Amino acid sequence: MPIRETFWNIPHWAEIAQYLVGLLTILIFSYGVIRRVRRWLQGRPQRRIDRIGSRLWSVVVQAVGQARTLQDIYPGIMHLTIFWGMIALLIGTILATVDWDVAHLLFNVQFLTSWVYVSYELILDIFGVFLLIGLGMAIYRRYIIRPDRLANMPGIGFKRDDAYVLIMLGLIGITGYLVEGLRIAVAQPDWAPWSPVGNAIGNAFIAFGDPSNRFLHYALWIIHILIAFVALASIPYTKFWHLIAGPVNIFFRSLEPAGKMSAPTSEEEPGVKEWRDFSWKQLLDFESCTRCGRCQDVCPAHASGFSLSPRDIMIKLDTFIWQPTNGRNMLGDTISADELWACTSCQACVDICPVFNDQLSSIIDMRRYLVLEGDIDPQLQDALANLGRYGNSFGKSERMRAKWTKPIQPKIKDARRDEVEYLWFVGDYASYHTSMTDKTLMMAKVFQSAGLDFGILYDGERNSGNDVRRVGEEGLFDMLAEKNLVTFSKSTFKTIVTSDPHSFNTLKNEYSENGNDHYSVLHYSQLFDQMITSGQLNVARKLGYKVTYHDPCYLGRYNGEYDAPRRVMSALGCELVEMPRNKENTFCCGAGGGRIWMEDPPEVAERPAEMRVKEAASLSGVSILVVACPKDLVMFQDAVKTADLEGKLVVKDLIELIVEATEMNLSETEEQN
Amino acid sequence: MNIVVLAKLVPDLVEELEIDDSGIALDMTWLRLIINELDDHAIEEAILLKERTGANVTVLAPDIEGVDDILFTAAAKGADRLIKIVGDYESGVNNLGLARVLTPVIKDLQPDLILAGVEAHEDLDGSIGPLLAGYLDLPFIGYVASIELEEGKATATKEYPGGLSAEMEVALPVVLGIQVADEPPRYVAVSKVRQAMKTAEIEELEAGDFDLSGGPTIDRMYQPEVGESATIIDGSLDDIADSLIGIFKELGVQ
Amino acid sequence: MNKDILVVIEHIRGEVADISYMMIAAARQLAETTEGEVLAVLMGSGVENLAGNLAADKVIYFEDPQLADFTSSTYQQTLEILISEVNPRAVILGHTSIGMEVASLLSAKSDLPLVSTCLSFSGENGLIKFTSQLYGGKILAEGLIPEPIALLTMVPGGYKPEDGQSSTPPLVTTAAPPQFTDLQISIKQYIEPETGDVDITLQPLLIAVGRGIQLEDNIEIAEELAEAIGGVVCASRPVVDQGWLPTSRLVGKSGYRVKPKVYLALGISGAPEHTEGIAGSETIIAINTDPAAPIFNIAKYGVVEDIFDLVPLLTEKIEES
Ligand SMILES: Cc1cc2nc3c(=O)[nH]c(=O)nc-3n(C[C@H](O)[C@H](O)[C@H](O)COP(=O)(O)OP(=O)(O)OC[C@H]3O[C@@H](n4cnc5c(N)ncnc54)[C@H](O)[C@@H]3O)c2cc1C
Ligand SMILES: Cc1cc2nc3c(=O)[nH]c(=O)nc-3n(C[C@H](O)[C@H](O)[C@H](O)COP(=O)(O)OP(=O)(O)OC[C@H]3O[C@@H](n4cnc5c(N)ncnc54)[C@H](O)[C@@H]3O)c2cc1C
Ligand code: SF4
Ligand code: SF4
Repeated sequence: MPIRETFWNIPHWAEIAQYLVGLLTILIFSYGVIRRVRRWLQGRPQRRIDRIGSRLWSVVVQAVGQARTLQDIYPGIMHLTIFWGMIALLIGTILATVDWDVAHLLFNVQFLTSWVYVSYELILDIFGVFLLIGLGMAIYRRYIIRPDRLANMPGIGFKRDDAYVLIMLGLIGITGYLVEGLRIAVAQPDWAPWSPVGNAIGNAFIAFGDPSNRFLHYALWIIHILIAFVALASIPYTKFWHLIAGPVNIFFRSLEPAGKMSAPTSEEEPGVKEWRDFSWKQLLDFESCTRCGRCQDVCPAHASGFSLSPRDIMIKLDTFIWQPTNGRNMLGDTISADELWACTSCQACVDICPVFNDQLSSIIDMRRYLVLEGDIDPQLQDALANLGRYGNSFGKSERMRAKWTKPIQPKIKDARRDEVEYLWFVGDYASYHTSMTDKTLMMAKVFQSAGLDFGILYDGERNSGNDVRRVGEEGLFDMLAEKNLVTFSKSTFKTIVTSDPHSFNTLKNEYSENGNDHYSVLHYSQLFDQMITSGQLNVARKLGYKVTYHDPCYLGRYNGEYDAPRRVMSALGCELVEMPRNKENTFCCGAGGGRIWMEDPPEVAERPAEMRVKEAASLSGVSILVVACPKDLVMFQDAVKTADLEGKLVVKDLIELIVEATEMNLSETEEQN
Repeated sequence: MNIVVLAKLVPDLVEELEIDDSGIALDMTWLRLIINELDDHAIEEAILLKERTGANVTVLAPDIEGVDDILFTAAAKGADRLIKIVGDYESGVNNLGLARVLTPVIKDLQPDLILAGVEAHEDLDGSIGPLLAGYLDLPFIGYVASIELEEGKATATKEYPGGLSAEMEVALPVVLGIQVADEPPRYVAVSKVRQAMKTAEIEELEAGDFDLSGGPTIDRMYQPEVGESATIIDGSLDDIADSLIGIFKELGVQ
Repeated sequence: MNKDILVVIEHIRGEVADISYMMIAAARQLAETTEGEVLAVLMGSGVENLAGNLAADKVIYFEDPQLADFTSSTYQQTLEILISEVNPRAVILGHTSIGMEVASLLSAKSDLPLVSTCLSFSGENGLIKFTSQLYGGKILAEGLIPEPIALLTMVPGGYKPEDGQSSTPPLVTTAAPPQFTDLQISIKQYIEPETGDVDITLQPLLIAVGRGIQLEDNIEIAEELAEAIGGVVCASRPVVDQGWLPTSRLVGKSGYRVKPKVYLALGISGAPEHTEGIAGSETIIAINTDPAAPIFNIAKYGVVEDIFDLVPLLTEKIEES
């Protein structure tokens, strides 16, 4: 009967020594873990223990199932095979230990017998192959393909750490097989074919000489055991740590909607200056980072040549915390203000990180400190001052906010006085920006001719504060939100509609924090989708355009709305050709996070918006880029000029397509009314 | 080193100004009052000097609606003492009246340096800085763009038209009219202003009766007529462009 | 009854500032009503020649090494004595970095009423009135010039420099200033502006861009026009402050005073600090979307249009022809 005979040929002292070394390993390991945990505890408090069920489930899906890791095929499969290969072998070893040291020792029974044992042998042999394949892929990728995202690490020692992990895992696998092969070669059990790799190695041993060389087995066994113990003990001190930090980090991830940013962790000292000002969860983020560089790959700021890389932010902060500072400051010396101001708050990094880091929250917390110190770009300073004084970044009087409505007859209802079903939150760009106001007029006229019961707030509207908050000026955000909420409370309406995804995001996700939940918020694409479906808006003409569409970060990635604008376009008779980066992989136009108010530094080679319009223009047969965000329109129209695509690509707001397809005669509407 | 900065609120020109029924004053209903931009520069310069030399900064302002905000903002930037001059500003107070009230107040504060914005766009009877210098018998330098302090004296850089500037040395105490601070006025986060509201204290001083004598009186105020002197060229864009080209030719520049 | 009008001549580094001629032109008009003389006051050292083309009835020239450089104290002390001796109806000074501070100091020290930012004057029946520019030129205020002696500071816009110039040299009397007391201010050095770029003060055609241009990249439309028509681009302060154009292109109070044949203002509101620098222009043409923009008050031709619509078209047409 197949049975596992453990510790054959191993002298008793070695067996004892193995347990002693094991004990030492546990001590070293525990010390490392405690050291890490004590660091976390020095961070500011943050509540992350609600909804245990969802948390555990997300660990199952993301850590065990590696769902997000797998989204990137090559590295995904590579990591999955290494991970599951190792886990299987670990489980195998644990089973063997239980079989021998618990069941056999205490109860004199063994469960690794008969068919259980042979399937165990087979499964472990297969997973061993997986491990070695994964490691091979990793070595090929890291040392031969050498993708950018793995290069240019901010500091030394990371290369050694990366190699260490690969070497240790490789050695464990290879020595494991050799020991197994030797055993099979000598014992030649009937069930040897159940260990195909071991059997092959065993046969090779026989072919090349006398395998019953006790010393060889003995030595390999010791090497195998030692490497395994060293690897175990080194977990809290090396890149192996992500094995533990990763799942823990996934467990404690934020379960709030992406669009709801955390308020500062301290009211007295909002913002982060020293590492201890981060929350414990943010400190955990830094440690969990595996330096995979996925976030850097998708970062629009990094792609443009800004000094920012979210990967490096994580790595540098982790290094800063663990290494002697030598008088260096975290802010300024390690993380520069330029890096922090480069972020467009597009959320791409957060959404792609396999260990669910929230790089953006750390960036914004450090920005909060810079704002407090007044360490900001002069143009941003003007914008903030204007927002504080006039409620818009343009520095225009609020009395001019509704100036665009002048040509409209009948006058648009004032939602502060008349009850309306839809409160149209127009937003700064649509109200004031000269390239936008004609689109705003179109929207008003489409609403009017469709008989929508709507109103605006005229001079009562303020900037929603979405980007103010992401700049790190929390106090100003509160002020703007308060003012808007007071105006909302004086108005009667059921639903807010806005064409601005930024306003949409904060109105929907962040205003409700202040207890104002009696309305729902729609993006205009959602409203038009409903109106077309219900027949309220009549599509008179199928446009037959071949278009592409840019998902705005704050509509798509932040709020998951990918379908409504697509349905509208298809209802208008447009054939949509997707850009390579679409939906959750959309590429930010570069305006978010307050960047639209800042000057681009000279090192910026190609602005995100320029890259994006080129991406759109490269699609064959597509000459229209449809946008559903006023800032996108402004950014892309500009980029079309600077990227020299005029005549090849036109940028159109969704509303322009609607006006065309409904064959609405704008001047006629004016006369009719 | 004691620095006193004068700051006042003026109508925001971003808003459309309207004349009230009396015809000799602005209609206050729509008016937004903001800190005189140049006074903001004066405060910034004072704070920069404080950061460099450890001076003590007092900000002094007439008690007009909104003054608390500008004083607390100054405190959030680093001003040490905030004083508002309480009085009856309803019927309008000219700079002469203000300067007369401020003279004894400033004397009591015993400043080494008095800073004010070099002018405000509503000054009809002169600028507050040199008026004060006159009453206080102190020297005055205006249009100052940078200040260096040394023991008992200051070096001020005064700007002239055309980009020329002059470095002037002056014994303290002195009144300086600031045109632009060394650095643009800093942004103060709203939370910092709110904190200043909790911690800083605004002292109040009674102005007593204002003596407005000597200033000019206004008989009529009006908005300049649209294109009072300009011949407006209109028509289609095409026509306008053609007319302009005609004018260029006529004037011999094309 | 005092009747004469004193004009304090402003000069810097051997050149009479344009505002001085405008003040003389204004003084001529006032003197007609008051039936007095126009007396120009020139203070300095070795600058007697500057009096040569002043259209004044008389020039009182104070020659003193201590007056070689302007300081508010020396000017104020000289004028204080002179005013008490001459007893004029009014003293006109420039609303500039020289005149403005002297006027305010005098007002406080000699207890004389001051009217600042005067744009123009008018008079009938012996009564003289001021029109003053307030609130950045958005409001005009009128009133009687206070009696018996008033100090007036003037901004450009109401009078032409030519009207204050004359080809016949006026009568010059040289006088010694009073014994100066308590002088605290001394000039250490002059700092020249950075040079290197084109000299906008010498250009016959200037295309000026203001905040209406909105973005740095939009300056291109002005550059293109300038290239087509052979002009040079300059700007208002907000544009220069942003760093979109160098300070050598700044027009106005803190920049250069220009005197081109044609000054084309694109998206410039016409704040007095700006118009101060363009008063010497022969013809000002303004393009601005706001029909109420003060720039139209000093422009000869105005166009109420969006520069983004008009300027590219204009460039195109000029290139064609
Ligand atoms: C990729 C990989 C696959 C693995 N697959 C298996 C597996 O399928 N089954 C498994 O049990 N473990 C497997 N392991 C575990 C590993 O091979 C070791 O078996 C285990 O870690 C050591 O545990 P042990 O003490 O139980 O020794 P064992 O390897 O279980 O026992 C030693 C055996 O070695 C034989 N032997 C070897 N050399 C000699 C010699 N020179 N003279 C005489 N006898 C000799 C003996 O016959 C004896 O049966 C695998 C490890 C890896 C990395
Ligand atoms: C002490 C001091 C010194 C100063 N020195 C100077 C100086 O030397 N030079 C100077 O210029 N300023 C100076 N200033 C600043 C001055 O007060 C004004 O703020 C400035 O001149 C205004 O510039 P602007 O006209 O370009 O901008 P704005 O006043 O903002 O005017 C912009 C104009 O553009 C128009 N516009 C907008 N869009 C369009 C469009 N698409 N098409 C057409 N028109 C459009 C608007 O209607 C508006 O009238 C000084 C200020 C101070 C206090
Ligand atoms: S949020 Fe976007 S811009 Fe900011 S670091 Fe992440 S990927 Fe880069
Ligand atoms: S933060 Fe996340 S995505 Fe970025 S390098 Fe680290 S592990 Fe990878």
